[in-house]
Amino acid sequence: MNPYRRSPWIIASTILVFIFLYAPIVVLMTFAFNASRVNVLFTGIIPSFGDYQIVNGNVTQSPCGPFHWFCELSKNTAVLNAAKNTMIVAITATVVSTIIGTMAALALQRYNFRLRTFSQISLYIPIVIPEIVMGIIILVLFSQLFTSINNVLNLTGDARLNLGLGTVILSHISFMIPFVTLVVQARLQGLDKSYEEAAMDLGANEWTTFRRVTFPMILPGVLSGALLAFTLSIDDFIITFFTNGPGSTTLPIYVYGLLRRVITPELNALSTIWILIVLIAVFMIQRMENRQV
Amino acid sequence: MSEFAVELQDVVKKFITPEGDELAAVNHVSMQIKNGEFFSMLGSSGCGKTTSLRMIAGFEWPSEGEVFIEGKPMGHTPPFQRKVNTVFQNYALFQHMTVYQNVAFGLEMEGAQKAEIEKRVKRALDMVQLTGMERRFPKQLSGGQQQRVALARALVKTPDVLLLDEPLGALDLKLRKEMQLELKSLQQQLGITFIYVTHDQEEALTMSDRIAVMSKGKMMQMGTPVEIYERPHNRFVADFIGESNFLEGKIKSLSKNEAKVFVPDLHVELTGMPIADDLVKGEDVVVSIRPEKIRVAEQSANQNCFEGKVVNTVYIGSDTHVVVDVKGARLKVWEQNRISRLDPKSFYSVGESVHLVLMPENTLVLKKD
Amino acid sequence: MLKRLRESKSAQGTLLITPTLIFMIGLLIIPLLLTLVVSFGQRSADGGVIYTFSLDNYIRLLGYSTDCPNGVSSCFNPLYLQILWRSMALGFNTTVLVILMAYPLAYFIARVKPKWRNTFLFLVLVPMWTNFVIRVYAWMMILRQQGVINSLLGWIAGLFHMPFTPLNMLYTPGAVLVGMVYEFLPFMILPIYTSLEKIENSLYEAAADLGANPFRTFLRITLPLSMPGVVAGTILVFVPVMGTFIVSDLLGGAQVILVGNLIQRQFLDARDPTFGSAASLVLMVLTLIVTYFYTRKFGFGAEIVA
Repeated sequence: MNPYRRSPWIIASTILVFIFLYAPIVVLMTFAFNASRVNVLFTGIIPSFGDYQIVNGNVTQSPCGPFHWFCELSKNTAVLNAAKNTMIVAITATVVSTIIGTMAALALQRYNFRLRTFSQISLYIPIVIPEIVMGIIILVLFSQLFTSINNVLNLTGDARLNLGLGTVILSHISFMIPFVTLVVQARLQGLDKSYEEAAMDLGANEWTTFRRVTFPMILPGVLSGALLAFTLSIDDFIITFFTNGPGSTTLPIYVYGLLRRVITPELNALSTIWILIVLIAVFMIQRMENRQV
Repeated sequence: MSEFAVELQDVVKKFITPEGDELAAVNHVSMQIKNGEFFSMLGSSGCGKTTSLRMIAGFEWPSEGEVFIEGKPMGHTPPFQRKVNTVFQNYALFQHMTVYQNVAFGLEMEGAQKAEIEKRVKRALDMVQLTGMERRFPKQLSGGQQQRVALARALVKTPDVLLLDEPLGALDLKLRKEMQLELKSLQQQLGITFIYVTHDQEEALTMSDRIAVMSKGKMMQMGTPVEIYERPHNRFVADFIGESNFLEGKIKSLSKNEAKVFVPDLHVELTGMPIADDLVKGEDVVVSIRPEKIRVAEQSANQNCFEGKVVNTVYIGSDTHVVVDVKGARLKVWEQNRISRLDPKSFYSVGESVHLVLMPENTLVLKKD
Repeated sequence: MLKRLRESKSAQGTLLITPTLIFMIGLLIIPLLLTLVVSFGQRSADGGVIYTFSLDNYIRLLGYSTDCPNGVSSCFNPLYLQILWRSMALGFNTTVLVILMAYPLAYFIARVKPKWRNTFLFLVLVPMWTNFVIRVYAWMMILRQQGVINSLLGWIAGLFHMPFTPLNMLYTPGAVLVGMVYEFLPFMILPIYTSLEKIENSLYEAAADLGANPFRTFLRITLPLSMPGVVAGTILVFVPVMGTFIVSDLLGGAQVILVGNLIQRQFLDARDPTFGSAASLVLMVLTLIVTYFYTRKFGFGAEIVA
């Protein structure tokens, strides 16, 4: 019996689902090279390099040629600022949540303590409740807290506490810790305790054991946890939407704001770059996971 | 230096099962292991032998009682402060380190100099015949080689006591026999105390100076291989080590080295050696007889002789195993094949009448438990 | 102190978990409790919160209204119940569609030669990691009046010299459904794949050996054994669908208002955080109840983590 035998129905539906998955992405990327300025119809790829020329609403010539919209994008300070914010949030939140999440995984997998069950359950909550609820409750906390502090201390103007990058980072960290913990915990579960016991048996204390044996052995898990956290953070819309403030717009928030008003090929150029970056990141995660096996 | 390398005093280890029940994996166990001894803990899985070993290593702490190493009470001393080292069942070689780095790890922890480490690692690898394998990773080695690395890694620390947790369990039979001899000679050569955990009775009998037989968290008997086999203290040990025939009966009369026991199954009185001190007249007991210690005779002889019919015979090369029905009781009898022969008629056949002779000094009277 | 820490495994564990607990208590438990308190409060004129204890917000969600026609002081207004019901129905429809599309694909990947599996999984992951908002944007481009589908249809009609009026697809409930299915399809494929991949080949051989044809093998072996994956996938799809507001906002326009939109508007446009808090908590409790009964019936989907 051939285990790889497949029915034509399965193959046909697989192909259809893949078309469904990829058609929107192809559309997005194609329109990034669209000559039409209003980006309604696809009027062909911008044909040539040269001084900026526009005929009947179509770009016919640009210093960047077909990459005209990518060049426009690179001049858009709002986008660059949003990209900078996204990276600041993602990097800070990833580093902090990876460290804290790895510690939690170690505690839950290797130690017994009184708050163990409570901790495990509270770590499941952010995963099972709708993300919007996470965003709302944090917004409620910060807005009530900040209002009280501002009133009590009589803060005015710039001194007033407000939503901003700080609140976004804090909420991302608390949202990402459970995911990092789960990934590292799974890795630790697969790691026999005897390696750590062997290290201690040979004279290594707890810290040396962690540094020389446990950590190198769970490193692939920690890295894929960190990558997961990073992608969750740069991708996050809902929580950021409720916790950001003036000057802390991230890319997804910026795109959403734009979509409600105008649609330009610049947005497609942005999407294309984004997809390529994510492609590389996902590829790296896959490589990492393969190495774990 | 203390007389005992390791001593367990009335040790209890309780665990909480996932269902929330309390389970005593080790239940009031005491043992003394002498310096330079090859000591085995023998029992089936869940008997508490591995837990006892882990308490000596320091991976677990006793719930009650105390573990002494070289006469010092260990209390909550962590593993890295005990002068014992362990060879793990799955070897637990660090996968991300080379053979050299694995063996050197323990010396680094002691803060030894680089040159010193190099010298001692080389010596240890020579000892286990792994010279030239320094740069390999554990995954590139065979099971037997990994086992040797694990051994070298523990021995390079020159521990007072080496703990071995079923170290040969994963090897095939032939390699296992080789390693048994090698381990034994290594132990004699180094003079280190070995504490060896196994479920394989043959392994324990072959290698050990003394054996502790354990069951369900309790110590059943401790003694030399000969004592354990020839004078089992109870029915469990007699049954677990080797094979035995058990006949239930009642003590008719009792003296210091002889007990007359009435065995209702055979309608006869058997004379045997009383094992426990506290046997009393009229007590229900078990008579244990090893199958190889029953003699088959052509004709009826003295008092401990029975007539029976052959029910089954199996030829296993060195011996022939015969099952004989004596008045409804089945007795296993092993006869050595001392003479080379082929003729089927020269072996016992099913239905044939035979006489079995049980010498009183070969039968043991045990408490019925 | 150090000695105590060294000897107490419990103290070491507590030390390691402390930072997590600070975050979980500070940014999860306390906010949840505070939101509960706020939901019992009343909105102040400037959009702030007056801390009282009243169940008004919950009563309002259930349909009690004081804003009635003909000068009546109170009446029944099922608006919010309708929104809740619509969200649940959309969640259900999306989940069913997603299962129907994900299962064959997951089955295909699980049965493809092992060296190809990772490649196919990679292909499934790529759209999932493309930003959520961008994926909605792609569908706006496709479904618009002058979007890709209408252009294609118009072009085909032109070939046959037929008159063509562009279809109205964007800003309809259908567009929201398509968008939701697209957003969450990969979340179903992965867990189903994980549980299908765990089924050993010998089971299929045993079923065949015992006389089951491929269809019966599928019904009696494959399907039951892949249920944990379907359960996990359902939770991963149903819960976020219930709480998403961008898809309905951008693809449904004003047509399709879901719980997510309702909550978002309370905090941004209507400036009534107390009512928004109540709605959020009701949403949370509803999804937890559905998840709880669903997992209890079918067993917990361990695949969620995988």
